[in-house]
Amino acid sequence: MLILNCPYCGVDAEETELHAGGEAHLKRFGPGSSDAEFEAYLFARENPKGVHFERWRHANGCGKWFHAARCTMTLEVFGTYPAQVSEPPQDIRDKITAKRPGWSWRDIK
Amino acid sequence: MSELSALNGAAFQGTVTVEDAGLQGMITLRGDLASAKLAKAVKAATGLAIPAQRKIGFGDDRALAWMSPDELLILTPYEDAPAIAAKLAQALQGEHALVQNMSDARAMFRLAGAPGVLREVLAKLAPVDLSAEAFGPGDFRRTRLAQVAGAFWFDDSTTARVICFRSVADYAYKLLCVSAEEGGEVGFYG
Repeated sequence: MLILNCPYCGVDAEETELHAGGEAHLKRFGPGSSDAEFEAYLFARENPKGVHFERWRHANGCGKWFHAARCTMTLEVFGTYPAQVSEPPQDIRDKITAKRPGWSWRDIK
Repeated sequence: MSELSALNGAAFQGTVTVEDAGLQGMITLRGDLASAKLAKAVKAATGLAIPAQRKIGFGDDRALAWMSPDELLILTPYEDAPAIAAKLAQALQGEHALVQNMSDARAMFRLAGAPGVLREVLAKLAPVDLSAEAFGPGDFRRTRLAQVAGAFWFDDSTTARVICFRSVADYAYKLLCVSAEEGGEVGFYG
């Protein structure tokens, strides 16, 4: 059972209270972008064995979207953080580094 | 305005009493809860201070619950809701805020019984730690009740209140009745 702490209401919400929102920190490429950029934005997703960043929504709760950093292999949760960021905050990165030295995800290390 | 509540006063006696709490005024207020103007308007309209995260504050015939970082639920007598909503909307003019009387969109149930069993009836339906240390009177929790969204709180150790959308009131009522059926006691909370 995956349990994530909602950074907005502070609840340790379990999976059934949440809704998965796919990969985090995607940059949108819309009108005016190249075909390659648009295709990558639409279809190219990370599928890592290990550190991953995801979007989740506390659907049966406060209703807010937030981010979670977790390990896809062990289901260990490194931390959750608010949605108003375009990349993981430093404290979350430090926590991951402490547990998974040398990790990388897309161009984030 | 509705003249009948969703379940029209239905009641069930099991390990706890489950009853339709009748028509209940509920006003949704969305806005910046940190704003002094909003806090002042809420205080003037309800007499209550903005509750802390996941808390509910009680007045004589009203209550104020924390729904999310930008949402409050104001509980009032059914007849007073339109006037309070109008007063709030007036006071919040110019603010980035929304006031809506949601009374007819929701249903409320009242559960009464022995403290341990009461917690158990809710705990069977929601993924929430309902131990007395984790959740008590004054706490408010939005969650799910089996398959539908709902919220609950305790008035005191022997009374709980559950709210859900009116469209799923029948489902929620039956759910609570099944959870409170005789012979279904678990005894986890003593």
